[in-house]
Amino acid sequence: MVTVAEKARSAEREDLAGEALEFPDAEWVSEPPPPSFGRSPSPCRGGSNGSDQTDGRRVAAIAAVVESVADPEIPVLSIVDLGIVRAVEADRVVLTPTYTGCPATHVIERDVRDALDAAGYRDVRIDTVLSPAWTTDWITPEGRARLHAYGIAPPDPEGRRVAVCPQCGSRQTEEISRFGSTPCKALWRCRDCAEPFDLFKCH
Amino acid sequence: MASLPPIDLPPGATGAGAFDAQAAETDGGVLFDHLLRLGDDSLILGQRLGEWTGHAPSVEVDLSLANIALDLIGQATHFLNYAGEIEGKGRDGDALAFHRDVLDFRNCWLVEQPNGDFAQTMARQLLFSTWQKSLFEALKGSADRTISAVAEKAVKEVSYHQELAAEWVIRLGDGTDESRRRMQDGLDWMWRFVPELFDMDEATAFLAARGIGADVAALRADYDRRIDAVLAEATLDRPRDQRPILGGRRGHHSEHLGHLLCTMQFLPRTYPDATW
Repeated sequence: MVTVAEKARSAEREDLAGEALEFPDAEWVSEPPPPSFGRSPSPCRGGSNGSDQTDGRRVAAIAAVVESVADPEIPVLSIVDLGIVRAVEADRVVLTPTYTGCPATHVIERDVRDALDAAGYRDVRIDTVLSPAWTTDWITPEGRARLHAYGIAPPDPEGRRVAVCPQCGSRQTEEISRFGSTPCKALWRCRDCAEPFDLFKCH
Repeated sequence: MASLPPIDLPPGATGAGAFDAQAAETDGGVLFDHLLRLGDDSLILGQRLGEWTGHAPSVEVDLSLANIALDLIGQATHFLNYAGEIEGKGRDGDALAFHRDVLDFRNCWLVEQPNGDFAQTMARQLLFSTWQKSLFEALKGSADRTISAVAEKAVKEVSYHQELAAEWVIRLGDGTDESRRRMQDGLDWMWRFVPELFDMDEATAFLAARGIGADVAALRADYDRRIDAVLAEATLDRPRDQRPILGGRRGHHSEHLGHLLCTMQFLPRTYPDATW
């Protein structure tokens, strides 16, 4: 799979060659990676038109990199879908953990770091904030749809302990165990199709 | 189970022993000590619950206990990392968890008690999680922003812990003769460690007065109501109040904690720079 970082790099090369950019949002890719990344500075730097514009492009580029990072436990979800990216700025990305003890928190931070480094943003730091506390209300509508399609029932928007079976769509479901295979999931089963499934817990 | 007879301590007696830690002398020292109390409670109970992994009565319970342990160790990580920052000697949460000796731990006695059977574990969990939930609800308003942020986040998870424990206490208490007997025994065993949770010692009062810590004594009435409601539904008897056992907050522990630390600290102490 081509990562956003790779796309960005290939688009940058095409930009240098004076050809059309393939990547739809690739306006920003002319922003060069810092020289410390080990590549020679791109000649595009000379073509930038003002620092405000460059900052905007840079933020958009960083946002695209961050958006390419998937949740390690539920790879169909990006961390943006999950609602844990609190801010993207020119020099930092702000993340908030889902659950206090979620082991994926460290993996996500490392994955974001790796993705930023690979895209040439080694100077962008990652800040973790705890407050306001993450809630499942921050999972995006796309994220909820992806969870359902992946076989995990998204949390009830009104916080009730109910679930729609992601296999057959039935509402005749029941809880087997409030604690499932990860801290964020409960184990449920469908009384119609008899399949067990995970429910993303309201939090 | 034979309960210990109640013993009336003479007025002014603290039960302090020769190994008790000295009171912290600076404000920073008091906060550091307070963070150790919060972090050590979570760390030690997390380790205890981890002992059930692979041994719980069913796979669902196994997962539940492991998940609760994970939440608790997450809390401990936040509190102990912050304690290290406040201390300013370059120790982080790992250093504090794995390279302190038993006398330096500040957890309450309740969390270090052995798991016993599943009923005893659930008794401990109900008594602790009900308290911790009230505590974190209070700490959400702490003047210390890190403490309030950790509490705000963790209180939602602790609600799950409390519910799970309450459900099992009710199920076992209002179950068969055997399960009821075991549940009552577990409760009787753990009951004498409850007063320590509400003990307002000098450090607790100092931080409560500054809006950083919680006025734990004020949480007791609500706690009793919540516990009594569960016990009533479980058809269990509220154990008789016994002589309270205090001292964990000053580093005075039962023999159980040292054994727990032997297991928990063995690897990082034997291979100090080991990594995964």
